[in-house]
Amino acid sequence: MTTKPILSVEHVSKRFGAVVALEDVSLEVGEGEFFALLGPSGCGKTTLMRLIAGFETPDAGRVVLAGADLSGTPPHRRPINMMFQSYALFPHLNVFDNIGFGLRRRGAGREEVARRVDRMLEIVQLQGFAGRRIEQLSGGQKQRVALARALAPGPSLLLLDEPLGALDRKLREETQFQLKDIQRRLKTSFVIVTHDQDEALALADRIAIMRQGNVEQIGPPFEIYERPANRFVAGFVGATNMIEGRISRDGGAFFVAPFGRLERSDRALPDGARAALSLRPQQIKIRRDGDGIPGVVEDVAFRGETTQLRIGVEGQEALRVSCAREAGFAPGEAVRIEIAPDAGVLFSGSE
Amino acid sequence: MRGVDLARRAAIAAGFVFLYGPILILAAMSFNASKLVTVWGGFSTKWYLALIEDTAMLDAARISLEAAALSAAIATALGLCAAVSLTRFGEFGTRTVFFGAIHAPLVMPEVVLGLALLSAFVAFGMERGFATLVIAHATFTMCFATVVLVAALRSFDPALEEAAQDLGATPFGAFVLVALPCVAPSLVSAFLLAFTLSLDDLVIASFSTGPGATTLPMRIYSQVRLGVTPEVNAISTLLLAFVGLVLGLSALATRGRPSGAADLA
Repeated sequence: MTTKPILSVEHVSKRFGAVVALEDVSLEVGEGEFFALLGPSGCGKTTLMRLIAGFETPDAGRVVLAGADLSGTPPHRRPINMMFQSYALFPHLNVFDNIGFGLRRRGAGREEVARRVDRMLEIVQLQGFAGRRIEQLSGGQKQRVALARALAPGPSLLLLDEPLGALDRKLREETQFQLKDIQRRLKTSFVIVTHDQDEALALADRIAIMRQGNVEQIGPPFEIYERPANRFVAGFVGATNMIEGRISRDGGAFFVAPFGRLERSDRALPDGARAALSLRPQQIKIRRDGDGIPGVVEDVAFRGETTQLRIGVEGQEALRVSCAREAGFAPGEAVRIEIAPDAGVLFSGSE
Repeated sequence: MRGVDLARRAAIAAGFVFLYGPILILAAMSFNASKLVTVWGGFSTKWYLALIEDTAMLDAARISLEAAALSAAIATALGLCAAVSLTRFGEFGTRTVFFGAIHAPLVMPEVVLGLALLSAFVAFGMERGFATLVIAHATFTMCFATVVLVAALRSFDPALEEAAQDLGATPFGAFVLVALPCVAPSLVSAFLLAFTLSLDDLVIASFSTGPGATTLPMRIYSQVRLGVTPEVNAISTLLLAFVGLVLGLSALATRGRPSGAADLA
């Protein structure tokens, strides 16, 4: 985070009966930052978002916005707006009145409302839709009206709850770019809640990975991907091969996998320690001959730009390997794999 | 195949005759020139003209309509309050008792409720008349209004109210600006249900009203005991047309709304 924080979540805990939704969660969101809360369902990300919006109160800790403690401030007095997962558009109002709703509550005059709604419709590219009824809109149009409505009052912070979840795949990718573009133009801080890692990686400046009410790691997308803090993050973000083994410091540093000794350049773990090596599919090099660990191509899946292979090796479930489409490996072929000493991330086995 | 088709049509026709045959006969007989309801003596509108002269009958109609409108308005307002507390306040301690108390009049025999109301009015020393009639009707129609409104509020997405609050509306403002307009068709349904229940009630009205506030069903019933004239048919037909008109208008007004008045109206 390069700018000063606009939102600070400080040691927030929340329980629902016996269920711990959030446990001592702290994080900061910078001014103009696009921040993502990423995690599997039930990880507490939605609770954290509702807590920031004011619909839930923390059992401990506090939420601070632009230096002001928000404890005890009801949702309608927080300069935070939220885009709901279901969009929650008002069915009895048309597009214009939906977008103008927040402005009117702030006491904006007729002209200001009209000007601001026009501007919002332009930003979300829905000019000419002001008079439409909500039920006449397509899913993508509803999504954009919901975004315009949440942005219209000019919030200091915009919360987006699975904003692209209800759209089909093609529309989702298109909308990702629009969303990023709108955020960059308005310089408003966005906090997006999602369980879709592609969405978080593509959109966010920084990502908080959550699991079971805890924040596992906070960092920019490449850092999360390249240097995951623990096994969970490595497994959750992107595809990975998790190889269990132990460390050997006998004449250098080695990771002893079930299928062979791999030389390592990292030397943090002691001799004999149990460890796991997380390897991305593209970090495993594959050849037809030469040195390297022997394996057999079990399965080939065409993925457009790349080809995904499953390589059977000794004492281990098949490794996922990606290679160039031109390589032309066929099932049943014997191959050699090579793993560079600095490839992947080693985790101590005690986790 | 043809036989099955024919049987199906016949079944439908029989059903409709069973439901609406008596009403058609009633309406047709109001244009009977004969004084006897059972014998057709040619077409005539004289009973409608006679009705205009019959001030007692017209007074009764006016009292019935006024009492129905007033008691339905009270029942809808109270029903809304009850529905809000049943759907929004979670599982408060006495919720089950409250729920039961609200719904009891649905299954309670009307005679019992009428007698209970009469006893209460006497105990409180209230003069029986128009006011007690309205109170009694509001009491027994409120549970029906509540049932309609609880269903409407249950199906209403709470995220809509949260969205309104998020955009700066107070909790009360969010309810008035978003929840109420969305359940408006059901408010109309609840009102009309209470209105028609009050309009055709005979039992509870007999217990709770007094001299000077005789309702139309009471008047018709007392006339029938003396012998039916087509004049009764005439006023009944007018009543029928009135209710039909109101329901038709309300269906028009709430057409195309998400939660329908169509479930009851």
